[in-house]
Amino acid sequence: MKHFLEVFMHIIFLISACISILAVALICIFLFANGIPPMFEIGLGEFLGGTLWKPTNLIFGIFPMILGSIVVTLGALVVGVPAGIFCAIFMAFFCPKKLYRVLKPAVNLLAGIPSIVYGFFGLMVLVPLSQEIFGGGGKGILTASVLLGIMILPTIIGVCESSLRAVPTQYYEGALALGDTHEKSIFRTVLPAAKSGIMAAVILGVGRAVGETMAVVMVAGNQPILPQGLLMGVRTLTSNIVLEMGYAQDLHREALIATGVVLFFFILIINMVFFLVQRRKEK
Amino acid sequence: MSRFRNKPLSLFLWLLVHLAACFTLLVLISLIIYILVKGVPNLKPSLFAWEYTSENASMMPAIINTFGMTFLALLFSVPIGICSAIYLVEYAKRGNKLVGIVRLTTETLSGIPSIVYGLFGFLLFAVQLKWGYSFLGGALTLAIMVLPLVMRTTEEALKSVPDLYREGSFGLGAGKLRTVRCIVLPAAVPGILSGVILGIGRIVGETAALLYSAGTVTGIAKDLFSSGRTLSVHLYALWNEGLYTNEAYGTAAVLLIVVLLINTAASAIAKKLTKE
Repeated sequence: MKHFLEVFMHIIFLISACISILAVALICIFLFANGIPPMFEIGLGEFLGGTLWKPTNLIFGIFPMILGSIVVTLGALVVGVPAGIFCAIFMAFFCPKKLYRVLKPAVNLLAGIPSIVYGFFGLMVLVPLSQEIFGGGGKGILTASVLLGIMILPTIIGVCESSLRAVPTQYYEGALALGDTHEKSIFRTVLPAAKSGIMAAVILGVGRAVGETMAVVMVAGNQPILPQGLLMGVRTLTSNIVLEMGYAQDLHREALIATGVVLFFFILIINMVFFLVQRRKEK
Repeated sequence: MSRFRNKPLSLFLWLLVHLAACFTLLVLISLIIYILVKGVPNLKPSLFAWEYTSENASMMPAIINTFGMTFLALLFSVPIGICSAIYLVEYAKRGNKLVGIVRLTTETLSGIPSIVYGLFGFLLFAVQLKWGYSFLGGALTLAIMVLPLVMRTTEEALKSVPDLYREGSFGLGAGKLRTVRCIVLPAAVPGILSGVILGIGRIVGETAALLYSAGTVTGIAKDLFSSGRTLSVHLYALWNEGLYTNEAYGTAAVLLIVVLLINTAASAIAKKLTKE
């Protein structure tokens, strides 16, 4: 009897472990089965390369949204990566212990705040700020980039900090012994040694920025046109889905699911690059 | 700062690093203050009325739905997450191919954006299974979404239990299952708990995955197959309709307070864990 229970639970544990495989398989099957046929129905070139998105006229070109996602993500990296890396350096090498006890939970809290709350923050603070400084509507690439840059901060800080701490202290001490200052030792010796970890952090940040939906919808302006300028509105792949899925019918709905498939491809590629970087790090 | 004399580069780097840290703290503090200052004055008793009407955009049904949704999603994800972590840590032999695949898929799952989960939930539960916008569909979608989080924290917690415990238990003649159930799991409970609380935080804050799986109906969900909106979805809907700005600010404040409480609980447990 006891032996039976052992075997039974072993099987239960095994099945549970397989559920995540099943989940990924289901997600792939349902997205691809529903999203790839409409791509060919619209025409692959027209869908991916078309610059017009007019669902009422059955014109579905998502190139503006692809470009929008890329532009906003690059903007987020410009804001978030330097701030994140420097903040991680501060936490690993400059921070007094007492301050660390405040700063570490603060960064964790930043990671835990829902994206819709970030969206409201952007709407209440960043949009008026942009209106005041640059004039215009305030919603656009710049605002979205700054907000996304803030949102990827905790991811970048967390991963960078742990990879900086993983660098052997001998590196730092050696540089110090050769006469470098504290700052130069860190920037010239420790930072390059943590390169692959920092790369991983940036890739994770890219993944978060590309996939972010609710905050971007609220501050990006959402015009489905090619990005015109830093202050002009832009629509990303994610906001395209969330804005129109509620009322879309027939081919329009299928085109939105196909947009999701394109987004999914982007994420899979980012994940793959992440794995490659991780593997190189382990070697 | 005499140590920076004749060392402008070092001074510059020192400044840069401190500025970045100040920026991070400043962002967090201003975010919390703005949301609370704008939101708390808008909190009136009527916002917590039991019924949502077009005159009074009460958030009470949404709060109740949030509790239900959290409970339901955890009901699926926590047992599965813990069981699969047990398999990965305690049962799988070293070099097992399956472990590599499971790791790969959980990493993939944790990288998928919430809107893609939302589309998946819509396609599988609402369309394929013909449930329409349903509470259960939303909960299952969220369960898949937080599964990697629960798995990873449980794995970490199990790994941190010293092997001496296991060896002692085996030495006294206990079987594998008994060792896991009576020795390893109890020792790992605080770690698992802090993972579950982080999962709750994600469920409470999630919007995009629920919008098209559980839908946006304003009332309390009557059963598992009817639609109901959680607090985050409620907030998005208020913003989207554009009619209830003050109510939206109030709702944002409540949501932020809930998330703050959840995070405090998680870090308190984590702190207790490191002390012991």
